[in-house]
Amino acid sequence: MNLIMTDTFAIELTDIDKRFGAVHANNKVCLQVKRGNIHGIVGENGAGKSTLMSILYGFYQADAGQIDVLGETYTFTDSHQAIAAGIGMVHQHFMLVENFTVLENVILGCEGGALLADGLAAARKELTRLGDEYGLKVDLDTTIDQLSVGLQQRVEILKALYKGAKILILDEPTGVLTPQETEELFRIFNALKQQGVTIMLITHKLREIMSITDQVSVMRAGQMVAHRDTQDTSREELAELMVGRKVLLQVDKKPANIRAPLMKVKRLTVADSQGINRLKDVSFELRAGEVLGVAGVSGNGQTELLEALSGITPMTSGSIEVLGFEMDAKNPLTPDRLRELGLAHVPEDRHRMGLIVDFSASESALLGYHTDPKVNSGIWLSNSKVEANCQALMTAFDVRPADPQLKSANFSGGNQQKLILAREMERNPDVLLIGQPTRGVDIGAIEFIHQRIIDMRDAGKAVLLVSVELDEIMSVSDRIIVLCDGEISGRINTADADERTLGMMMANALDPIDPLQTMDDQQAFSKQESNQVSSQVASQENKL
Amino acid sequence: MSDVFLTLLLTLDATLRVSAPLVLAAMAGLFAERSGVVDIGLEGKMLASAFAAASVAAVVGSPWAGLGVAIIVSCGFAMLHGFATITHRGDQIVSGVAINILVGGLTIILGLAWFHQGGLTPALNNESRFLSITLPYAQQLAFIPVLGPIYKELISGHNILVYLAFGVVPMVWWVVFRTRFGLRLRAVGENPKAVDTAGLSVIKLRYKALLVGGVLCGIAGAYISTAHNAQFTRDMTAGQGYIALAALIFGKWRPLTVMLACLLFGFLDALAVRLQGVVIPGIGEIPVQFIEAAPYLLTVILLAGFIGRAIPPKASGKAYLKER
Repeated sequence: MNLIMTDTFAIELTDIDKRFGAVHANNKVCLQVKRGNIHGIVGENGAGKSTLMSILYGFYQADAGQIDVLGETYTFTDSHQAIAAGIGMVHQHFMLVENFTVLENVILGCEGGALLADGLAAARKELTRLGDEYGLKVDLDTTIDQLSVGLQQRVEILKALYKGAKILILDEPTGVLTPQETEELFRIFNALKQQGVTIMLITHKLREIMSITDQVSVMRAGQMVAHRDTQDTSREELAELMVGRKVLLQVDKKPANIRAPLMKVKRLTVADSQGINRLKDVSFELRAGEVLGVAGVSGNGQTELLEALSGITPMTSGSIEVLGFEMDAKNPLTPDRLRELGLAHVPEDRHRMGLIVDFSASESALLGYHTDPKVNSGIWLSNSKVEANCQALMTAFDVRPADPQLKSANFSGGNQQKLILAREMERNPDVLLIGQPTRGVDIGAIEFIHQRIIDMRDAGKAVLLVSVELDEIMSVSDRIIVLCDGEISGRINTADADERTLGMMMANALDPIDPLQTMDDQQAFSKQESNQVSSQVASQENKL
Repeated sequence: MSDVFLTLLLTLDATLRVSAPLVLAAMAGLFAERSGVVDIGLEGKMLASAFAAASVAAVVGSPWAGLGVAIIVSCGFAMLHGFATITHRGDQIVSGVAINILVGGLTIILGLAWFHQGGLTPALNNESRFLSITLPYAQQLAFIPVLGPIYKELISGHNILVYLAFGVVPMVWWVVFRTRFGLRLRAVGENPKAVDTAGLSVIKLRYKALLVGGVLCGIAGAYISTAHNAQFTRDMTAGQGYIALAALIFGKWRPLTVMLACLLFGFLDALAVRLQGVVIPGIGEIPVQFIEAAPYLLTVILLAGFIGRAIPPKASGKAYLKER
């Protein structure tokens, strides 16, 4: 019996097929995951990874195909059965009840009796044991809303283990983590692996696939296109398999030719509706011919920065000098006026601010520029001109399908993003603010978008790039500032930056920087300053 | 002095009687909203069950039969609300309002058709009503200062449904905070996805919550027509369902504070009756309309800032659609 068991796969999927209407989400997908391995699954958005995992977790039922878990064949009709078979899932968006304690969240669905008291006591004991065994420590009586994202994720893992998971599926687990938290997560993965837990990791971060997995499978357009042992493959090969053609992972760029500052931000502070400062004393300069990257874990003031700079959110104090015009809390400039002056803004959240999903592409491509005489005849907006305008943008940025009448919602994320970028960039602005340009965008489109940003820079424009993707920040920008809790917690030239240093800055593990000290940085950050940063990193390491 | 004391006792006594249906309805609303379903149809369910209870009690002659049918009718409307909003993901407010309007008309039409008394049901005799219960030794202990009158006037002398209403409150607390059903109920109203991914059925849980609410509303309705009154009259719930909802918000969806809110509203109501025609020195006669409006004014004023933010269950009002 035991002999046979060691030979079986943890998961064996055979010819899984699933259609949603006209979309063939999974087309005869086969997958074998070895016991006790860490198995990566990569693919572009819409390649069918999430559908496949949802089928495995009993969230959807496959139209055809067979699921074997730990050597036994199952037909899951709901998640309960998948959980009983030993599968646990950590979703990309955590499935936690925010005002419940950790303990209550963990026992939800397996309370062990109609009354809670016994179940809670038993769970407390078991969780303490699991915590010791895998190094998954977390205070069981804290409510979820008090925990950091990294700890919330830990609760999700505990939840799955508590329910007896032998196979753990994680969907994009590192998207919201700092590099340090990611490292910690990988340490937990290894501890779980030691204990014989099988891990399936769904991600688009090829660097992580290479560093943690044993095997990797690639999906493209609903099909499984390749299985590799991780040690026999490379990022380049995986990217090519995902997209179906060769992809440049590194942005091809010449050294920056940095000129005069076009935007000077001085001690910018922005408070939210509850009076809490979301941005505190932020000062920097944005110069012509450079890309200034703004790094940081999501929610540390990036949104407020973009919205204050583009005139959407009022400032509380401080001042901004943009293209020779001054604005402060008492004399704000409207987004409209800023746009006229030559400042363009690509919002972080394309669905909330970038476009109107119910509008046609041609209407979305006109937002903010509807008064342009080019598309108006008298008091009438000319439909044919609006569509011609959109057609031109679509051609310039290779938006597919190139149909101006199609509803904005019916484009893929990458094409929606390209449409917005086209709208803002084709006006040839002098200052371009971009938030999360490649969130939810496929690798192929990322390459294109990054190249366009570099083209803007080389044309002597000033670009501010806000991104939570460190890879993106490091490959596209020339200088980097890091936001942590609304303050600039680090400034560094990209040439001197590495992931570790940026990670420390994102967690504000370096000594705070005096906001005044860097007020008048005439040349790009002095070598001296970045030396200071790296020596601080070194001293941190010594302390550890 | 003793006169004032007695008046106070009698007012409090009336408060309990007026609050009882509010408490029951608010507890019904608590189950619904904790599960993520806004139940503005409390009013309609109470009215329907008041009508059903009075009709059945008049025909059969037993208040218990009336109560049973009232609960069945109320649960029927609760399931209708569930079918519209949980199964078909319809708008919860629209469905609730529709039930209120439907019941408002239906009770009158059925009353006219069945009893030919202008929409009223026949007046109930004592055998077909819930009557006051005198607790043991109420008369004998009345001589004890303070406690005696409190026992006799305030605690003793209510019908069984009043005792039931206030007995339900600690039970609701215990169910919501100490049982598996309660944990799942609270979870499904906060984050149904977490419940779904834990392998539990969001739909079943919400139906169960509505069913519990249906039972409580049925009791509240039967109380109004067969205990507090002795027949059904048109629109006799007179907005108590809405007051119960206000109490629910006021009490921040917690059973004990919700009960206190109901008592406060009940007290204002009882006071309104007491103060009719009373001339207060320096102010003169207080208009009855003002006192009757007081609970609503109070809700608005207190919600506007005095009780802190009332944060409803996060998923309340939203239909659950399983999606990825």
